[in-house]
Amino acid sequence: MTTTPVSQQSLKPTADPVAGTPRPRPGPRTGLRPLTALGAWPRRLAAGTRAALPLAAALLIWYLLTANDVVLWLRFDKVPGPVEVFHTLKGQLTSGGYYQDLLASLRRILLGFGLAALSGVAIGMAIGRSRVVHALVRPLIEVARPIPAIALVPLAILMFPSGEQGIVFITFFAAFFPVAVSTIHAMKTLPKVWEEAARTMGARRLSVLAHVVLPGAMPGIFSGLSVSMGVAWICVISAEMISGQFGIGYYTWQSYGLLDYSGVIVGMLSIGILGWGTAWLVERLGSRVNRWLPRNAR
Amino acid sequence: MSAGARIRLEGLKLAFGDMSAAEVDLEVRPGEIVVLLGPSGCGKSTILRALAGLLTPTAGRAEVDGEPVGGTDTVCAMVFQEDALLPWRSAARNVEYALKLRGVPRGQRRQEAAELLAQVGLEDFFDHLPGQLSGGMRQRVQLARTLATRPRVMLMDEPFGALDAQTRSEMQQLLISVWRQYGTTILFVTHDVDEALLLGDRVVLLSPRPAVVREIVDIPGPRRPGAQFEPEFARRRYEILAWLGDAPPAELSPEGA
Ligand SMILES: Nc1ncnc2c1ncn2[C@@H]1O[C@H](COP(=O)(O)OP(=O)(O)OP(=O)(O)O)[C@@H](O)[C@H]1O
Ligand SMILES: [Mg+2]
Repeated sequence: MTTTPVSQQSLKPTADPVAGTPRPRPGPRTGLRPLTALGAWPRRLAAGTRAALPLAAALLIWYLLTANDVVLWLRFDKVPGPVEVFHTLKGQLTSGGYYQDLLASLRRILLGFGLAALSGVAIGMAIGRSRVVHALVRPLIEVARPIPAIALVPLAILMFPSGEQGIVFITFFAAFFPVAVSTIHAMKTLPKVWEEAARTMGARRLSVLAHVVLPGAMPGIFSGLSVSMGVAWICVISAEMISGQFGIGYYTWQSYGLLDYSGVIVGMLSIGILGWGTAWLVERLGSRVNRWLPRNAR
Repeated sequence: MSAGARIRLEGLKLAFGDMSAAEVDLEVRPGEIVVLLGPSGCGKSTILRALAGLLTPTAGRAEVDGEPVGGTDTVCAMVFQEDALLPWRSAARNVEYALKLRGVPRGQRRQEAAELLAQVGLEDFFDHLPGQLSGGMRQRVQLARTLATRPRVMLMDEPFGALDAQTRSEMQQLLISVWRQYGTTILFVTHDVDEALLLGDRVVLLSPRPAVVREIVDIPGPRRPGAQFEPEFARRRYEILAWLGDAPPAELSPEGA
């Protein structure tokens, strides 16, 4: 008769349970890491190609429509083509003014968005966690939220010493709500057991906020930040068109004033690329912070 | 290492709104393992949560070593049934957070977390996130994290309820060895009669909601290896099951009619 030592052992209560537990296998992460390092470059290249393909197709369609002066209800005969726009862009790239405009817009975005992100998270957390703050502040937020940021331009001009501050304020105003609202929502959906566990281990209010609530809310906060970044661009550009000096929105609007349509398109494309870049940064930061989410696990 | 504390529940009443959830009188000796056994929804978790200071009683007292609970000084740590680990922190960092809350200086935390994780058999999984661990391993981390606070009382709410029989049995042995080493008082909630009989010095049988102590079963010579194969164990098991209304008719009992 053959004995099976495994089943026998499992029936016997082990004297030393720690030694009796099976030795865990080496983890999946250590095993996978070299593979990803090797495969990263080809994969990134493939991803780049995939992103470039639809852009190239759009460029081609644009070229065909404008080069052939297509008039098919929509009129493309006066729209500048890619070649013309490219020449304008080249001219701009060698002039200092263009960079100044780009930097001015970027600065406003980063200031407005940064302030909105910080205060949105702070106020959202306060509203989400305190009944008193909720009762006092929530009505203000709900009234202010539907007001389009652009409607604040007259007041901003009236109140702020310089147009620069007014634009930053308008950007901040627009970017604030998505962050605040998604933070409030994240507070509500946080599993209670995380906080309770921390409290039974002796965590005080501040420690719970810093080590449990904030990190746990990060996925929700970052979805708000993504929306917020998009809204911030829309508002900074609109505000620049109405009241700015410098800035890529200002440049675009000025080109329109000079009937330089090619310049308008250079402005539009610049906004698109800058917006894409900042959205990518937020996305990148978000997936870094929220690496622990199951869908981010690789 | 501080040994276990005495727990005293005196006319403790817990309620949600007007609906009473528990009315308990119970005394637990220092270093004792007391198992709460009762039907689902009777208020077992509620009792533990009150002891952990997460719930304010409507009447009566819950005392740990003579001090009413709910203060800021925690001597009661809780092991939850659900995943209570912080999922963005690795196993080691989860334990380190508990050490930080205990006031262990930063430089010593890593070392001590490593020792605690080794003690629960997870020496190779320090830097794994909870999402990369199995259910049993996550409960081990929870145990290590709870031990890191040097609790005088451990409140365990069906900690092994979601585990398979083999893993559960390993975890019970692990718990017993940890308890032998630290001497903490343990209040353990379970659905499982076998688990109650294997772990407890005493098993407290609770009524359906609102939970009232119906009977306290003393286990002579508790946690003896192989106890579950003795007829005494089977008889007690049968009695408790019958009491819970869950046993076959008397003529099928191990003792016979
Ligand atoms: N937050 C709450 N608000 C209102 N009622 C609650 C709340 N939590 C629990 N209850 C009620 O209190 C009663 C006891 O709940 P409790 O969680 O203590 O049960 P339990 O004995 O732990 O059950 P189980 O074994 O299924 O975990 C239940 O009837 C439940 O509906
Ligand atoms: Mg329960």
